[in-house]
Amino acid sequence: MLSRTAAALYWLGRYVERADFIARLVEATIRLDALSARPAGEAAWQSALAVSYTDDAFAATGRSLTQADVAHFLTLDAANPGSIIRCLERARNNARAVRTALTRDAWTAINRAWLMFQTRANTRSATETLNLVEQVKGETRGFEGSIHRMMRNEATWLIQLGAAVERADNTARLVDVKYHLLLPAGEAVGGVVDRDQWTTILQTVSAVNAYRWLYKEGLQPAKVIDLLISRIELPRSLAACADEAVGILSQLAKRTGLQGEADRMARARLARVQKTRTSDVIVSGLHEHLNAFIRENAMLDAAISRQFRFI
Amino acid sequence: MGTGGAFDEIWGHGGPESPRPEFQALSRWVAGTAAEELHRRQQSAEAAFRQLGITFAVYGDNDAAERIIPFDIVPRIFLHHEWSRLCEGLMQRVQAINAFLEDIYGERRILAEGLIPPELIYRNDQFRPEVAGIRPPHGIWAHICGIDLVRTGADEFFVLEDNARTPSGVSYMLENREAMLRLCPELFREFRVAPVDSYPDRLLETMRSVAPGNNADPVCVVLTPGHFNSAYYEHSFLADSMGVELVEAADLVVDDDIVWVQTIAGRVRVDVIYRRIDDDYLDPLTFRADSMLGVPGLIAAYRAGNVALINAPGNGIADDKAIYSYMPEIVRFYTGQDAKLPNVETWRCREPQALKYVLDHLPELVVKLVDGSGGYGMLVGPTASRQEIADFRAALIAEPHRYIAQPTLALSTVPTLVEQGLAPRHVDFRPFVLTGSDGVRVVPGGLTRVALREGSLVVNSSQGGGTKDSFVLLEDAPPGQSQSQRQSR
Repeated sequence: MLSRTAAALYWLGRYVERADFIARLVEATIRLDALSARPAGEAAWQSALAVSYTDDAFAATGRSLTQADVAHFLTLDAANPGSIIRCLERARNNARAVRTALTRDAWTAINRAWLMFQTRANTRSATETLNLVEQVKGETRGFEGSIHRMMRNEATWLIQLGAAVERADNTARLVDVKYHLLLPAGEAVGGVVDRDQWTTILQTVSAVNAYRWLYKEGLQPAKVIDLLISRIELPRSLAACADEAVGILSQLAKRTGLQGEADRMARARLARVQKTRTSDVIVSGLHEHLNAFIRENAMLDAAISRQFRFI
Repeated sequence: MGTGGAFDEIWGHGGPESPRPEFQALSRWVAGTAAEELHRRQQSAEAAFRQLGITFAVYGDNDAAERIIPFDIVPRIFLHHEWSRLCEGLMQRVQAINAFLEDIYGERRILAEGLIPPELIYRNDQFRPEVAGIRPPHGIWAHICGIDLVRTGADEFFVLEDNARTPSGVSYMLENREAMLRLCPELFREFRVAPVDSYPDRLLETMRSVAPGNNADPVCVVLTPGHFNSAYYEHSFLADSMGVELVEAADLVVDDDIVWVQTIAGRVRVDVIYRRIDDDYLDPLTFRADSMLGVPGLIAAYRAGNVALINAPGNGIADDKAIYSYMPEIVRFYTGQDAKLPNVETWRCREPQALKYVLDHLPELVVKLVDGSGGYGMLVGPTASRQEIADFRAALIAEPHRYIAQPTLALSTVPTLVEQGLAPRHVDFRPFVLTGSDGVRVVPGGLTRVALREGSLVVNSSQGGGTKDSFVLLEDAPPGQSQSQRQSR
């Protein structure tokens, strides 16, 4: 496989995953804003921007921290490099550059998602935004489905590797930011707003029911964190992402004979994640732990680029 | 009846009520299918093209950076015997083109014999002295030729243009067929249509046959300028359907006159490159130094005989419009036979007599820049305004050697779905001829382009033309006989 193709496939996986994540984030934030007893308002939207690394870019636009402005910025604003439309555009450009490595289904799925946005007018109301989010989720699911129907070769594994690395970063960032989301003045820890915020986290990663099945009890922040960090059953947990990266890298090694630093880093990370106890992390510093994970994930990303000679 | 009395490929000189005998069944199908239904199927085909990204980029048109080419649902059909005759002419012509290229970049016998004025070669932008003396692997130059044909009557086909550089459109031949199979399966029960889907296999065979040396398993690639190129869809489509890598210049490196492709497992040696980059941009060390699309050292590797380039650099001299008018002589010189496919009568404005004639008859003629393409830089006399004719006259007088002129032919029409229903629209046709070291192959089909505006003769996609599927019938069935009757025989 061409080095350029390998890089484009990997980034295709990352951008589709990112578009899906931003869609979920916007959806959860709208719910947090709308459904809580007292609207969480600005803080909710501020945290959505922080999770998606776009808080500075949004501040630079001078617009207000309202649902209409932030949701638009995160979904349809072509000037925001982190918006869904831009993620899909980059995914589509990567897919287009490597069409020969994709099946017709996979290409059509991503092209259709991109086309959907080409004809989108401004989305201002919450209902419109939720419709759009729903469509994005549907399209990315369609893309993932098509990937699973491709030949089990390096093309498939590289897309999935990109998705796994991106997902790990997204989850770590989500937990970190939401954990530090300040409660509005006068709100008690464990109160209604606090509880809504934790529910939002679970909604972002579609894990509300998973939580109930696994813990069989009411919502507790420590358990939400445990779910998102350690439970391998949850596809978006850090443990699951670390495990997936190891598995995909070994599939790639089998197919291509390429094995090296990226494999070693991924295995070491998995071993560490498996040994980690959530209660210890919370005591010793969740923020530090998550930041270390995010840094390590970026290093793994760089090692993958070297190992597969991305150009 | 065709527009302006032109021959209609389905209706002949009659009209929808009295089609050519072979096409009564098609006429019945059209008559029996509601116009709304035809429109619906056509729209569904175009929606599918859009989703598949079967698009082309329009330069300088930012609003619609990617467009689909309009697709028309009524096929143009070649009877079996029409096709057989065409094929003979096509193979003869391409054989002559290959011999001409071999000669021009080698011994130049044709110049020595005085058949072509030497300055027409040496002062031609399409002549590449850089590749003179190079003999491509297996002596083949024009591996893929797209020969543009027009028809003016039941038995009258003319060659309009020989495309021996990087002819495009073959993906439309294949995708149009896919669309027809999906949308109008009943037509394929009515007609026995020769399949076109073997084209990628034939192309790969052709590529493998010209690999340098005795490599039993040569590495073949398709080289694209990248996904902003207007024909990118076709490049990726061909690579994908052949199962070979689609590469960009950045993926290739030349070392010690050997071409390598950079893969995740390191370098792999490349034997055959189907390049979809123009000569000018192919190798900055040989051609344009400012090319960012090219591969430095590629021509040196080619000269060393280490890689086959498809098509060979320098081919432009064979499909140049100034050379075109000499094609009858060229065919006779190299094959010893008269051309089976005639040229359109052509005046070379570089010749004073011809120039005088052209200036006197501008409103009747089509005048073309010899180095123009895609419908640019041409005058269509009968539809031009006085001002346009006056401007062209001045341009002709200033630089006569840059122009040729041809009569406006009564191009054949094919019924085409327009807003009001079916109406005749002018078409041309581009079949694709493959030449390998093991022979010449023509897949039974090609690209039919249709001028969608009433009366228009301009079929180029960049000028708003559309495409149709082109059926080649496997046998000449008696008129009106259906498939089921044949099978019960």
